[in-house]
Amino acid sequence: MTARPATGALHPRLQEIADDFTSMEDQDRLQLLLEFSQELPALPERYAAHRDRMEPVPECQTPLFLAVEVEPDEVVRLFFDAPAEAPTTRGFASILHAGLDGLSADEVLAVPAEFSSWLGLADLVSPLRLRGLAAMLARIKRQVREQREAR
Amino acid sequence: MALPTDPAPKFQEYAHPEMIVSTQWVADHLGDPGLVVAESDEDVLLYETGHVPGAVKLDWHTELNDPVTRDYVDGAGFARLMSAKGIGRDTTLVLYGDRNNWWAAYALWVCSLFGHPDVRLMDGGRAKWMAEGRPVSTGTPEPAPADYPAVDRDDTRLRAFKEQVLGHLGQPMIDVRSPGEYSGELLHMPDYPQEGALRGGHIPGARSVPWARAAAEDATFKRRAELEAIYQGEAGLAADDDVIVYCRIGERSSHTWFVLQHLLGFGHVRNYDGSWTEWGNSVRVPITRGDSP
Repeated sequence: MTARPATGALHPRLQEIADDFTSMEDQDRLQLLLEFSQELPALPERYAAHRDRMEPVPECQTPLFLAVEVEPDEVVRLFFDAPAEAPTTRGFASILHAGLDGLSADEVLAVPAEFSSWLGLADLVSPLRLRGLAAMLARIKRQVREQREAR
Repeated sequence: MALPTDPAPKFQEYAHPEMIVSTQWVADHLGDPGLVVAESDEDVLLYETGHVPGAVKLDWHTELNDPVTRDYVDGAGFARLMSAKGIGRDTTLVLYGDRNNWWAAYALWVCSLFGHPDVRLMDGGRAKWMAEGRPVSTGTPEPAPADYPAVDRDDTRLRAFKEQVLGHLGQPMIDVRSPGEYSGELLHMPDYPQEGALRGGHIPGARSVPWARAAAEDATFKRRAELEAIYQGEAGLAADDDVIVYCRIGERSSHTWFVLQHLLGFGHVRNYDGSWTEWGNSVRVPITRGDSP
């Protein structure tokens, strides 16, 4: 059962991703997640050479690293790193990248914590595995908040 | 009709050489009638990125578990699942997967609860197959449904429940989690999701033998003499002991269960699949913290 967000609760970019997932049959939904995993952008040099500047997300099944940058104009940039043999984790990271990278800090902070349950993936990948996605979102929002407060 | 066993000398040392095959054996027998190869992974998408040609996917989380009750599927559900994967009761089923075969061993254990007559593990799992540069396919097989009878699950021989573990205190028990989880310093596996245990530590009397002790660098099992030195030597177990193994949700302990039951030939090994996510949340069960049993 997929919980439905109230109309307007999601940023249109995230809503479009959620609609894509929920309009599909199960096997196509997994295929879409796989496509997301293949489209996760590679790390820029400043992180590729400095993983210590990224935050580990231990809630993911396979260690994932993320970095969040809030630019002076409040635009949020996201960077993720996860190994190729962890396609599910890469897929989750890629969904968040596609949905959130380039949004404003306010828009990122407005994303409901339950977003991970609106993709129709719980039965397909198991709730246990989905926790990684919720944890990534929570950490991104925390970093945005902290970086903004630090100004 | 069962396929021949793998004659590799390493396997002949084990108590039950018929339970394990090499990647080479699988490569040699792919496509043989009566054989189904199945991949069982932690990552639910890994199979889709490429798998042993012709292998079907068998997911522990979403297929072997009942979607509502915390339990495995019943006899009818298992029969439906096997049938859909093209596995008959007389099929030789070879399982392999990621993460040192944790989930493949878990799936093998579940198949054993249903008494599937011929189920084997591919030594080294997915990692070894890939490392050897063997062929990989992204195609999804569409097996013809097989005839699989509904067989009742037997939870008495290989599975332990919480009440039985309580009655077993003082007898041999192996905790296969990491040292930090055993001592209670960590509530969950390092780098893994918190699965909601309210208390940390281990079951009183359980000895700590992390699952990875049984695995070689290339994800294969160690030789029998090395395994004996660990479990019968260091851990002080005897092959006729009544042993219970556990971890967090039963996946890593399935790996150790396989070692004790099939590689070392212990007669009575049970996997406590409720494991720490049950014990660490149960009211008034005894818990020991620290490094000692």
